[in-house]
Amino acid sequence: MISFSGVSKRYPGGQDALRGVTFTIGDGELVFLTGHSGAGKSTLFRLIPAIERPSAGSVLVNGQNVSAIKRTALPYLRRNLGLIFQDQKLLYDRSVIDNVMLPLAFSGYAPREAARRARAALDKVGMLAREKANPVQLSGGEQQRVAIARAVANRPAILLADEPTANLDAESAAAIVALFLDFQQVGVTVLIASHDAALVERLGRRVLRLEQGRLAADSGAPDGATQ
Amino acid sequence: MRVWISQHTQALRAALRKLAAQRASNLLNVLAMGIALALPAGGYTLVMNLQSVAQRFSLEPQMSVFLDPLAKPAEREAIERRLKSAPGVAALRFVSREEALKDLRRTEGLAESLAALNQNPLPDAWVVRLGPIPPEALETLAAELGKLPGVGQVQVDSAWARRLAAMMAIGRLGLAVLAALLAAGLVAVTFNTIRLQILTQREEIEVCKLLGATDAYIRRPFYYLGALQGLAGGLTSLAILAGSLVLLNRGVRTLAQSYGSSFELAFLPLGDALAVAAFAGLLGWLGAYLSVSRYLLEIEPR
Repeated sequence: MISFSGVSKRYPGGQDALRGVTFTIGDGELVFLTGHSGAGKSTLFRLIPAIERPSAGSVLVNGQNVSAIKRTALPYLRRNLGLIFQDQKLLYDRSVIDNVMLPLAFSGYAPREAARRARAALDKVGMLAREKANPVQLSGGEQQRVAIARAVANRPAILLADEPTANLDAESAAAIVALFLDFQQVGVTVLIASHDAALVERLGRRVLRLEQGRLAADSGAPDGATQ
Repeated sequence: MRVWISQHTQALRAALRKLAAQRASNLLNVLAMGIALALPAGGYTLVMNLQSVAQRFSLEPQMSVFLDPLAKPAEREAIERRLKSAPGVAALRFVSREEALKDLRRTEGLAESLAALNQNPLPDAWVVRLGPIPPEALETLAAELGKLPGVGQVQVDSAWARRLAAMMAIGRLGLAVLAALLAAGLVAVTFNTIRLQILTQREEIEVCKLLGATDAYIRRPFYYLGALQGLAGGLTSLAILAGSLVLLNRGVRTLAQSYGSSFELAFLPLGDALAVAAFAGLLGWLGAYLSVSRYLLEIEPR
């Protein structure tokens, strides 16, 4: 569960990125976050894993107030979140499987068990055949799949994806979105930030729309999990 | 516990990977550290060797009582009686002038010059080895013996031993200062190496923080990297030292033989050698620790 109440974010220099945003995403929901660039999507996205802290209001993740979380508790919060970025953030000095094993090593899995789980995650996103490849050798869509495998390897309860399809062709994008739908099917809460209005509309899921830092529209009730 | 061991092996492996990835610059670093450490380690080895020589002499001071060539037999007997009853005398040996000449002839390079002399210039002598005795008592005894009729000259060889000990004390102090300076240098070198390493890995560190790595997990490979570099530097310094001793000993052996001695420079005792390597590793770790504490906190995901 993700819950924002009266969240504002003001950057040094006086620019308001978010103003009094309040919403709740229930367990197992799949929600889109839309809005023009500069509307505050990225800022909102970054408040959940506490990459940034709100200037006012509170952010709850699974009942934990992450706006006041201690620095030492951050790693444990982030292990329960699967983060997917527009630029993938893969490490290019190691193979695909080593990338996926990274968060498993942080959680203390022995290498053998970590490799087993990483292969399962790669299999899920259809990239198992490329486990030994270097991410550089992969297309943008393939890299995004590897990034998703890395995000779900730890089996987090919440997946957060920031513009995961922004740089992909329509076909790859559709395949990525299908993956997110699959994860929701098995009970994962999914929040996808996207400015691809056509894609969002076609799927008919709950949409949070940001405009100039305010929550301009919330299309569905928090019981959207049953949609 | 298993997790702890596994995470440490992973960190060690990551550090080794980084060492291997930047072989050239790391080798240069290690070499610089090795040379820097070889200086105080070599100085220490020399002092240790000198000390072992000096101790042998200063603990058992020796005194030579040369007789007057014109001494009468009665005077000789009196001298012998006095020496035998003197306190602190451990051993007494009479070296006749003929014997002394024979000894001298055996010494390389001197036989020819001696042959040129038509008479034996050496006096009879008593070589007195003394037990542990305070320097003042030794000097009193020497002065007293010098006044006996029939005694030509009394030579006490504890003075040079004392001067040597004093010089070695100065040498040790100088070495300590040198060692401290070079140790600080080694910490600085590691500090900078690790700083550069952190900066080049900035992106990786950010990603790891985003994926839930603890600070300890991120720090660990850098500590290993610093400690391994220091350790390699320490081992290099020992290798440099061992190599130099092999070369030096060629000359030292020739020199020692000319004194009829089989002396040669010994390598550091195993314990000391291990301590040098471990200390270097510790300094590397310290440099890494300072660097990591200073720079790693600054890196946060953007």
